[in-house]
Amino acid sequence: MKHDFFFDVAHMLAGGLVLVSFLMLYQDRLYALINVFALHAFVLALSVAWQAFIQDAPHLYVTAVIALGFKAIVIPVALHRIVERLGIHREIETVVNIGVTMLGGIGLVALAMVVMLRVTPTADALAREDLAFALSVLLLGLLMMVTRRNAVSQVIGFMSLENGLILAATGAKGMPLVVEISVAFSVLIAFIVIGIFLFRIRERFDTVDLQALDSFRGDSE
Amino acid sequence: MTIVASLWCVGAFLGLSIVAVACARLSAASAIVYAGCLIASTVGLSAGLEHLIAASAPPQTLQLPLGLPWLGANFRVDMLSAFFLLVVNLGGAAASLFALGYGQHEQAPHRVLPFFAAFLAGMNLVVLADDAFAFLLSWEFMSLASWALVMAHDREPENLQAGYIYLLMASFGTVALLLAFGLLAGPGGSYAFADLRSHPPSDQVAAAVLALALIGTGSKAGLVPLHVWLPLAHPAAPSHVSALMSGVMTKVAVYAFVRIVFSFLGPPESWWCVPVLVAGGSSAVLGVLYALNQGDLKKLLAYSTIDNIGIIFIGLGLALAFQANDLGQAAALAMTAALLHVFNHSLFKSLLFFGAGAVLGATGERDFERLGGLIHTMPVTAFLFLVASVAICALPPLNGFVSEWLTFQAVLISPQLPQWGLRFLVPAIGALLALAAALAAACFVKAFGFAFLGRARSEAAKQARETDAFSVAGMFCLAGLCAFAGILPGFIIDRIAPVTQLLLDSRLPVQADVPWLSIIPISQSRSSYNGLLVFVFILISSLGAIEAIHRLASRRVRRAPAWDCGFPDAAPSTQYSAGSFVQPLRRVYGTLIFLARETVRMPAPGDTAPASFRVDIQDLAWRFIYTPIVSSVNIVADRLNYLQYMTIRRYLALVFSALIFLLIVLASWP
Repeated sequence: MKHDFFFDVAHMLAGGLVLVSFLMLYQDRLYALINVFALHAFVLALSVAWQAFIQDAPHLYVTAVIALGFKAIVIPVALHRIVERLGIHREIETVVNIGVTMLGGIGLVALAMVVMLRVTPTADALAREDLAFALSVLLLGLLMMVTRRNAVSQVIGFMSLENGLILAATGAKGMPLVVEISVAFSVLIAFIVIGIFLFRIRERFDTVDLQALDSFRGDSE
Repeated sequence: MTIVASLWCVGAFLGLSIVAVACARLSAASAIVYAGCLIASTVGLSAGLEHLIAASAPPQTLQLPLGLPWLGANFRVDMLSAFFLLVVNLGGAAASLFALGYGQHEQAPHRVLPFFAAFLAGMNLVVLADDAFAFLLSWEFMSLASWALVMAHDREPENLQAGYIYLLMASFGTVALLLAFGLLAGPGGSYAFADLRSHPPSDQVAAAVLALALIGTGSKAGLVPLHVWLPLAHPAAPSHVSALMSGVMTKVAVYAFVRIVFSFLGPPESWWCVPVLVAGGSSAVLGVLYALNQGDLKKLLAYSTIDNIGIIFIGLGLALAFQANDLGQAAALAMTAALLHVFNHSLFKSLLFFGAGAVLGATGERDFERLGGLIHTMPVTAFLFLVASVAICALPPLNGFVSEWLTFQAVLISPQLPQWGLRFLVPAIGALLALAAALAAACFVKAFGFAFLGRARSEAAKQARETDAFSVAGMFCLAGLCAFAGILPGFIIDRIAPVTQLLLDSRLPVQADVPWLSIIPISQSRSSYNGLLVFVFILISSLGAIEAIHRLASRRVRRAPAWDCGFPDAAPSTQYSAGSFVQPLRRVYGTLIFLARETVRMPAPGDTAPASFRVDIQDLAWRFIYTPIVSSVNIVADRLNYLQYMTIRRYLALVFSALIFLLIVLASWP
């Protein structure tokens, strides 16, 4: 009985993460996108904390705090400031047709379910569901990177993909804390590097639209 | 313990290789390294011989804590390895002895010495290896060391190209062997040869392994059409290395084929012999035909190696055919013939390359049209080269005859085979073998005749000096062994018997028991050969002929200008040339097999331009196999080049779609 309750809550939180990923897919304004990303990281932190509780693994609380601190607060605030300084907060991003993207996203989630449920028949039910959701989040993050043109939203797509990885890692028992911390730091460093590049790109080309980079290389679409 | 001694030899070779790197610039370096190699090879040789002579000696194994942690490096000496240890180290010892003298001429010893020792180590290790990992590692080590030796004289653009093609073909062959071992080991299998021996694969897997083994070892041994690198690479190396590559390394490839097919695949199917026989037969004929048309002495020898490898593979194919039909005695005969030819070819091909090296060292020429008359200036080399030529032409009483005669004996048993297809195929292969033997005789008449007889065709050939004592000693040892193996073949056949016992569970009758030192492969009523008798007969009849000529001929001395057939003042270039010698054969076979075209340009009367004659010869394998492969690779590469210039988002989309595709495959996998 108690186990069922634990399972249901974990299931709900992981499902919530997938739902927030969908929310991100159809945001076409950058501020809204960043806010939804903060929500994404918040739900991840909740999910990780719940896993820490039911697996009785205190080091996962550290992971949850890192997720909350860095991803839900530091990075969104920093992204806000970047967008402000770049002066692109009013831009409406040209996204590939939202309806099609959403349908594709649904297809990806279905694919993730099918794959995961097929390949892990012997695993623990909780881990299975968790892995399936994690793969969905990962694929949706990739889908976002593919369909967006703006460099900021690509960064956000990348970060949400990484959230999926953390969800998978915490669902599987026994991931060492060192790995978590190093992943968190590498994401932070990637964020800093990408941030610097954004400004450099902006200085050079007056835009952060990736298409400008392509046309600078001599092959525009 | 044979195995301990052999591994110490390998260690000595590797040590010598390091010493060679350290002191390559010293003038004594080549003497030190070659003397060291000579000693180590002799020790390895006696270790192999000792194991082979103790006919009932059990296999010896040894595991070294090297390589993969859960596997280690396994080594083992059984009768087959011992026989090939003997072949490898005999060739190594002869080459080292020869190089003690010949290596002094080397301009860049630091590019040859380290790799020479490493090459010997690699060949020994391949023969000793007892797990697939150690085997493939040693195989690649051997390939790379020999590649470095091919590239020793890298100033010549020809050598660069030869090295490149060799490297490509060597990696291709290794990939095939890697797949073969992967299939043999199976999904959960182990790579130790002991496990491969005890678990023969299923029929389909065995067929695939046979094909891969034929490709992988055939590309190293030089089976047509995988031979293209061989005539480029073997002559490019220094001559004592060419001798090792042609005489010994190709035999290591034969070892690999025998090991995989006869030890790991279980009882053969009757059709397995067909690809082996066809590859062997076509290599034998095409190899010698290509050899005939070469104008370069070392290239001729390299192509002739392809011919001899073909003969060996014919023997192996016959052994497979008989073994599949439970004709144990006949299988043992065919296997003995093949292994004896392995031994013989390593002797006379090394000797021929040494002779070519001595000629090259004395004249700097490899082209027949610039040699000639060397029998006057280099009589010892000429005699030894003649011995090897007679041996490789399979003329009695030398050793080449014995192995080819045994192969023919095996061909003649083929009516006992139950399959009609094989009853037709084997005599056809026998006919190819006979054709190859006849053409080989023509080929070596050309090689000896135009290099050593006639008058010197160039200033360099006229001023040649006899080669040094060490080289002559090295060649004498091999020539002596050729004569020994030809006159007393029974001794060597008895040494091969335990090998066939191990591989085929049957052996030829003990030849030492046969009176008068004859050899009887099957039964007295069928056939027998006595090398000693033939030798004595040839000796007596030629002495008698000489005596008769000297006694009966007129004693009056007559002097007349040589070659005075209407050209009283003939220049050496008016002699019959090597190109004209082979023209009839080229006319017969050339238009089809080589796409040979002869172009005569005759200036009009009054025009002072010289007339010219040109022959264009192509290798069919290049034209119909390799050129299409190269051009299709280029076309595909051009198409894929587009991938280098995509936008960032497209790259992402490509990765994304690849991921989705793989996930869908995973989801729909049954």
